[in-house]
Amino acid sequence: MKAEIYKTNQKHHKISLGMVGIYVVLSAWALTTIYPLFWILMNSFKNKKIIRSDSFSLPLGELFTLDNYKTAFDRVNILGAYRNSIVISLSVAAAVILLSGLAAYALVRYDFKIKGLLNSLVVAGMMFPPFATIIPVIRMMNVIGLANTNQIPKSLLAVILPQIAGNLSFAIVVLRGYIAGLPVELEEAAYMEGCNVFQLFFKVVMPLCKPSFATVGIFSFLWSYNDLFTQSFFLKTKPEYSVTVLLSLLTSQEGTNYGLMASSVSLIVFPLLIVYLFLQKYIVKGLTAGAVKG
Amino acid sequence: MSSNIYKNKKPVIFFLVPAFVFLSVFLYYPFLQNIVNSFKEINNLGASAKGWNAPWYTNYIELCKDRNIWTALINTVKMIVATIIGQLGIAIVLALMVDNIKKGQKFFRTVYFFPIVIAATALGLLFNIVFLYDKGMLNQLREMFGATKLLDFKDDSHAMLTMMIPVTWQYVGFYFIILITGLNNISDDLYEAATIDGASRWQRVRYISIPLLHNVICTCGVLAVTGALKVFDLPWIMFPKGMPSNSTWLTGTYMYYHAFESHNVDYSSAISVLIVILGVVTAKIVNTVFREKDY
Repeated sequence: MKAEIYKTNQKHHKISLGMVGIYVVLSAWALTTIYPLFWILMNSFKNKKIIRSDSFSLPLGELFTLDNYKTAFDRVNILGAYRNSIVISLSVAAAVILLSGLAAYALVRYDFKIKGLLNSLVVAGMMFPPFATIIPVIRMMNVIGLANTNQIPKSLLAVILPQIAGNLSFAIVVLRGYIAGLPVELEEAAYMEGCNVFQLFFKVVMPLCKPSFATVGIFSFLWSYNDLFTQSFFLKTKPEYSVTVLLSLLTSQEGTNYGLMASSVSLIVFPLLIVYLFLQKYIVKGLTAGAVKG
Repeated sequence: MSSNIYKNKKPVIFFLVPAFVFLSVFLYYPFLQNIVNSFKEINNLGASAKGWNAPWYTNYIELCKDRNIWTALINTVKMIVATIIGQLGIAIVLALMVDNIKKGQKFFRTVYFFPIVIAATALGLLFNIVFLYDKGMLNQLREMFGATKLLDFKDDSHAMLTMMIPVTWQYVGFYFIILITGLNNISDDLYEAATIDGASRWQRVRYISIPLLHNVICTCGVLAVTGALKVFDLPWIMFPKGMPSNSTWLTGTYMYYHAFESHNVDYSSAISVLIVILGVVTAKIVNTVFREKDY
């Protein structure tokens, strides 16, 4: 279908100057998102003095050094930190997908008395900055006995629970939009065939909204992985550190060692970026998989 | 909804309870507690209150007198404008462009998302090296083009811009992804029909893509405003403690400062109440401006 459109289109504009312009703009923005990362990676292999005199040349030959990474690895247990980060973020993403999906579905499809109130509560939830709630949450965690225990699972759980709540509002708002766009006829058809509402949700709505569930899951994962704030309160001993906590501590101790800073930034950024590049394939699949559009 | 399936309302509870229990315990209750805290005297994080302030609304009087809070509010308003025009505007343009090209869609989608994948902490450090006075990336670049004097990107006259550019840049990809997903949900048939009727590429964008994207844009607008009010990590790492000379405070960083640096926990609670009120008001404004429509 699309191919046909483009064919007719090409007849109209033989030399499409506009197209060239579009590609120039798009590439320019792409440059701003790629180059800084490339630059930091490049400089992480250079001596800290050279970073400040010659940051644009490639770290080849004499310029190349692994010292920055050696320093980073010597000081810390980076693998343990990756494990902690991944456990936290995966749990948060999974919980957010399930809980927000259920809630969004009900908020879209059902009419009930306090629906308006709940909708405003959800939007209000997005306004609460984590630092507006953290103080009572810390006290709560102390009471339940999850904070300051020096036990890794408990500390991780203390981070996971508030992070789930923090991501739910956003997720519900996004999913609400997409579920509202689904034609209700599909659910009616499935209902006729004997599905109950829970089956409708898991077998009709969820598969149809795969792209938006993927979007929500990925964002929750990223925000949880990148959230230094909540993590820094509950992950206090070395074996509990997550990647962001670990590296923020490292750089605060070595503020002017730009070489170490570059290698630390690379260590936080690139593993996640690689995972993202692999997942990207599935996201795109999900994006184009929607059965009924419009 | 009109459908008969949803006339039986019993299952609603099972759908809603899990999410709202989480929200209540870890968001709404702590927030209410926070409002109460703003009337009490608390000097240490996690410590219990010493008692009520005398008079109980002391913090709010302080809030009106505090010069820094005004700086923070003005800066935050600037930030909101920057995010709506910058982030959302750029994202809409990029999304419409990517939707209209044949080759490279996947590539642009992938790389525009890069800044979101990266922790704000890491970005702050990265931009600190980029904007570094003593020969960071930009000053080296300026030198290559013949500039002789180093430019201090963090002095009074440049600080706000130096702060807003990374924050804006960081989240463009976020709105871009939401918008492009929305564009993908628009049926090809519509475009095809329009093309047969002789619509140009621009007309298809103007009369199909943009109107059908309206609700998604509205959602993004609310997210952009609330995001601007919450922005914290990146400014805090680049401009800790409102430096230089208290000119770069944002509501978020100023609140953090009082909670964790000056141990004025109750005052920071009052600021967070202010942030939430502002958030609700601005989100309402955005909603009326972009009012949701049904097509």
